[in-house]
Amino acid sequence: MIAVIGLIIGAAVGLFLEPTVPTALQPYLPIAVVAALDALFGGLRALLDGNFDDRVFLVSFLSNVVVAALIVFLGDQLGVGTQLSTAVVVVLGIRIFSNAAAIRRHLFKA
Amino acid sequence: MTSEQPTPEQPTPEQPTPEQPTPEQPTPDVPDVPDAGTAPAPAPAPAPAPAASTSRSWRAIGRALAPRATRAQVLAGLLCALLGFAIVVQVQQNRSDGLSSLRQDELVRILDEVTQRTEELEDQAVELRSQRAELATGSDTRRAAREAATERAAQQGILAGRLPAEGPGVELTIRDADRQVPALVLYNVLEELRNAGAEAVQINDLRVTASTYVVDTPDGVSVDGTLLEPPYRWRAIGDPEVIIPALNMPGGALAVVRGSGGESTVEARTTVTVDAVREVEPPQFATPVPAAEAG
Repeated sequence: MIAVIGLIIGAAVGLFLEPTVPTALQPYLPIAVVAALDALFGGLRALLDGNFDDRVFLVSFLSNVVVAALIVFLGDQLGVGTQLSTAVVVVLGIRIFSNAAAIRRHLFKA
Repeated sequence: MTSEQPTPEQPTPEQPTPEQPTPEQPTPDVPDVPDAGTAPAPAPAPAPAPAASTSRSWRAIGRALAPRATRAQVLAGLLCALLGFAIVVQVQQNRSDGLSSLRQDELVRILDEVTQRTEELEDQAVELRSQRAELATGSDTRRAAREAATERAAQQGILAGRLPAEGPGVELTIRDADRQVPALVLYNVLEELRNAGAEAVQINDLRVTASTYVVDTPDGVSVDGTLLEPPYRWRAIGDPEVIIPALNMPGGALAVVRGSGGESTVEARTTVTVDAVREVEPPQFATPVPAAEAG
């Protein structure tokens, strides 16, 4: 419940403040968001599996974000930024789908 | 608020409550806690009790949704707040300006597209401009034709007596109280006016045109079927310097008038108004010769 409230509060703050993303961070924010979504679904699945751990959740959340941004940054430096960000999004999307499938199996047995 | 150790009466989600000892509950001898994001599917629901497992999962969700001030809840709330903030910011950024977040090659591609589109639009603009010029020329031509037609109609209206006219000219008055001046003499005066270049002529209230005739009747002189009452007031538009000498020529029109018993005075006017008009009937038998044959 607190997580849902936090999500709503964060969205409201974002809507209210309308901050501008610094130019340096602009290529990495979307990737970071996708990585954080992946961590969120992973945490939900771990909760249903019964082995949720807040420390692991925190670390996985932050490391997912940082690693995803780092990969894209590296790709930008190497000149393959577009392709690498596509790759990261594809991988994270597959993981989100598999986590969502596991959650679905937990909740609906289907 | 954030307690380091979960209070015993508020079990954290990863510590199933003791009164629900389900068989598929994860055993404590799991060697390592899997990464929350990368937890492999541990075949969560063995076959024996799928319904019990489902209800347990729902209960886990319910427990997680129950607001409790545990460290896990607060942490998840914080991270979710961060995620919601980031999502909203990114969505707004993406919506507000698409260009600043794009990469160089994408920008180059967009620039190419825009350049190409600009060229297409410029070609289109040139084409439309030439069309507009053509249309403007066409409308100019039509307007010129209409003006010419209007002018011609005015000229021919004056010549045919259909329109009133004004301009420099003369006023000629022939007094003939005894009606001694015959029609032939008046017709001579009219011919003299025409010879001297009078463009529009009026006798009393009658417009004189190309088909005007002057005849003697038992009651007096008739012009175009209307009996003319003396004195005869002529108004003629033309050059007075030409008309007056022509009328006053020795042995000319006015001399004949005097010889037949009339008196005449002629005066030049800077503005003479010929305001009598005549209805022109369209020709009944004559039609214009077609242009091709005429040429």
